[in-house]
Amino acid sequence: MSKPLLEVKNLRIEFPNRRGLLTAVDDVSFSIAPGEVLGVVGESGAGKSLTGAAIIGLLEPPGRIAGGQILLDGQRIDNLPYEAMRKIRGRQIGAIFQDPLTSLNPLYTVGRQLVETITTHLDLTEAAAKDRAVKLLEEVGIPAARERINHYPHQFSGGMRQRVVIALALAAEPKVIIADEPTTALDVSIQAQIITLLKGLCRDHGTAVMLVTHDMGVIAETADRVAVMYAGRIAEIGPVADVIHKPQHPYTIGLMGSIPEFESDRERLIQIDGAMPRLDAIPQGCAFNPRCTKVFDKCKSVRPNLMLAAASQAACWLHETRV
Amino acid sequence: MTPFIQLKNVSKTFDVSAPWLNRVIERKPQSFLHAVSDLSFDIQRGETLALVGESGCGKSTVAKLIVGLYASSTGSVTIDGQDMRIALTSNNDAARALRRKVQMIFQDPYASLNPRWRVADIVAEPIRTHKLIPDGAALDKRVAELLGFVKLTAKDGEKYPHQFSGGQRQRISIARALASNPEFLICDEPTSALDVSVQAQVLNLMKDLQREMGLTYLFISHNLQVVHHIADRVGVMYLGRLVEIGDKKEVFGAPQHPYTRMLLDAIPDLHMTGKARTPVAGEVPNPLNPPPGCAFNPRCPRKFEPCDQTRPELLNVKGRQVACFAASAAVNFPTLPQVA
Repeated sequence: MSKPLLEVKNLRIEFPNRRGLLTAVDDVSFSIAPGEVLGVVGESGAGKSLTGAAIIGLLEPPGRIAGGQILLDGQRIDNLPYEAMRKIRGRQIGAIFQDPLTSLNPLYTVGRQLVETITTHLDLTEAAAKDRAVKLLEEVGIPAARERINHYPHQFSGGMRQRVVIALALAAEPKVIIADEPTTALDVSIQAQIITLLKGLCRDHGTAVMLVTHDMGVIAETADRVAVMYAGRIAEIGPVADVIHKPQHPYTIGLMGSIPEFESDRERLIQIDGAMPRLDAIPQGCAFNPRCTKVFDKCKSVRPNLMLAAASQAACWLHETRV
Repeated sequence: MTPFIQLKNVSKTFDVSAPWLNRVIERKPQSFLHAVSDLSFDIQRGETLALVGESGCGKSTVAKLIVGLYASSTGSVTIDGQDMRIALTSNNDAARALRRKVQMIFQDPYASLNPRWRVADIVAEPIRTHKLIPDGAALDKRVAELLGFVKLTAKDGEKYPHQFSGGQRQRISIARALASNPEFLICDEPTSALDVSVQAQVLNLMKDLQREMGLTYLFISHNLQVVHHIADRVGVMYLGRLVEIGDKKEVFGAPQHPYTRMLLDAIPDLHMTGKARTPVAGEVPNPLNPPPGCAFNPRCPRKFEPCDQTRPELLNVKGRQVACFAASAAVNFPTLPQVA
C-alpha cells in the first residue's frame, strides 16, 4: 500500500458540559491511501460525522479535539490556526454533506457558487473559472451545463443538486473528500447514479475518500476498507469483503444480521437488544458489553483495543488468544 | 367474500393553482396535481400489503386516504364492507366503531408523540377517546399491558417521550396504535428514521404482534429489503398509479414491469462488494406535468410504439397484475418481435 494521504491518530473529541466532559470520539485511528475509499459505518451517535467534521476543521463548539493528531500528507492539520485551515479546506480537503438543499446557497446561481469556490482556491480569471465550472458540471453528468450554470439550486432536482455539491467539492481538485451521508436523502435509483459517479471520479483523480454512512449496502459496493464505529470507538476495521462476509466483532455480526436480505427467507431478523449507550453513560470496559451475547468477565472491566482478528482488526477480547 | 380492505378506483387531486387574482391577471389556467389516480386494490384479513415507490409517487397519500385524513376525490374505500366515508362525515356509533378499527403508525417518532404528555397518557388517549375503559385501575392495567406488548415496562409510562431513544419511541407509537384494539394498521415508513439494528427490533415486534393479534397491515416503505422481509403482497407505485401488484415472491422473484426491475437493480447488494450497480438514467417526472401515455416511458428501456400515446391498464400477467404494454405483449402475443 502506498504512503497514506490522510492519517488520523488516536483522535479524541470531547464536549464539555455542566456536569463534566462527554467523550464523543475516543482513540480513533485510521489512514486512507490515495485513490482509496474508506467507509465509516455505525448507528446514529456513534461519532462518524464528528470524526469527519474534525478532519475538515468544522467541529462545532463546544466540541473540541482533546487529543490525537490528524495528518494530511504528513503535515499536522488539527492544530492549525483558523486562517491556515481555511486555505486547506476546499483546496485540499473537500466535503460533501447529506442534504444537498442546505449545502447550497439558495440565493446564488450554482455557477456563481462554483466560480466563487474556484477563484478562492485557484489562480484563475473569472472567465477561466466559469469555463472550469461548466466542465465540472459536465463531469458530474449535468446535461446542458452551459445553460444550467445560470440556474438557482431550487431549479434542480434532488439528485441533480447532489451532483452540483459534488462538483463544488471537486472544484479545487482536493486530495481528500469527506462524504458525510452523500446519498441518504436520495431515492435508490438516484443513489445508484451518485455512487457510480463518485466512485468513477475518485478513481480518475486518485482522490482519497472517507465515506460516512449508515447504509451497509452503499459501503459494500463503494468502499475498499470499512471501519465500524460504536459509541465513539472503532469496533472493527478491515477490507470490505472481510468485514461484510466474515465479521469478527459481535457488534458487526449483529449489525450484518439485522439487515433484511432478498436471499434469505428467515422469519425473524437477528436483533441486537437494547440501544447504544448515551455518551454520559458509556459502560466500563467494552462499550458493547451490556448488549453482547458473548460477554465474559474481562469485557466488563477492561476496555479492548483493536487486535488482529482474521484479515481485519477488532476491538474485542474474544480475539485476544489468537495474537 | 368481500375483502377486508377494498379500494375501488380511488383518486386524489390537489388544487395547486395560483391565487384567483393572479389567475385572472396573468391569465393562468387552474392547475391540479393528481397525487393518486384510479387506484384499486384489496387486502385480505391478516395479510400485509406493502406499497413501494420513490418519493413523490403517492404512497403516503394512499395511507392518508385510507385512514380518512384526506377525503378521496373519486372512488371508494371500504373496510369490512363499510364505506370509510361514513367515518369522515358523521359522528354516530357506527362511525366511531369504524375509526377504532383503523390506526396509523407514522414515520417520525420524534414528531408523532406529544412532548408534554407522559407516555401513559399518550398510550391511553385512544382508550379515553373511544371510551373503552373508564379511568382508574382498569385503565392503568390496560396501559401497562400495552407497554408490555412492545417490551416496555409499566414504569416507563411515567416518563416523557424525550427520555426514550428513537426505537423505543417508535414502540410507544405502536402501543398507542394498538390501544383501541384495531384490526387494521397503516404503517407509513415506520422504520425509515431508525438505525438498522433498531429497525430489526421494530420489524420483529411488528411480525410477532401480527401473528398474536391477527392484525392486517398496510406497510408503506421505500426500502425494498424491509418490504421483502415483512410483506405478503407488494404493490409498486409510480407517479400516483400502481404499475405492478402481486405476491411478494412473484414480484421480487420475477419482476414484470421495467420500473420494478429498475428499483430492484438499483439496490446495493451486500454480496456484490466492489461491483458497480447499473444506474438508471433519468428521474421521476414532475407530477404536475406527467408525460403522456405510460408515465414511465421516458425512462423505460423497453419503450415501444404505444407507450407514449396510450396509458397501459393493469392486466394479469404471470400471476400478478402489471400495467405495461411490453410485459403484457410478451405474454399475449409471444410471436411479436420482442423489444429488448
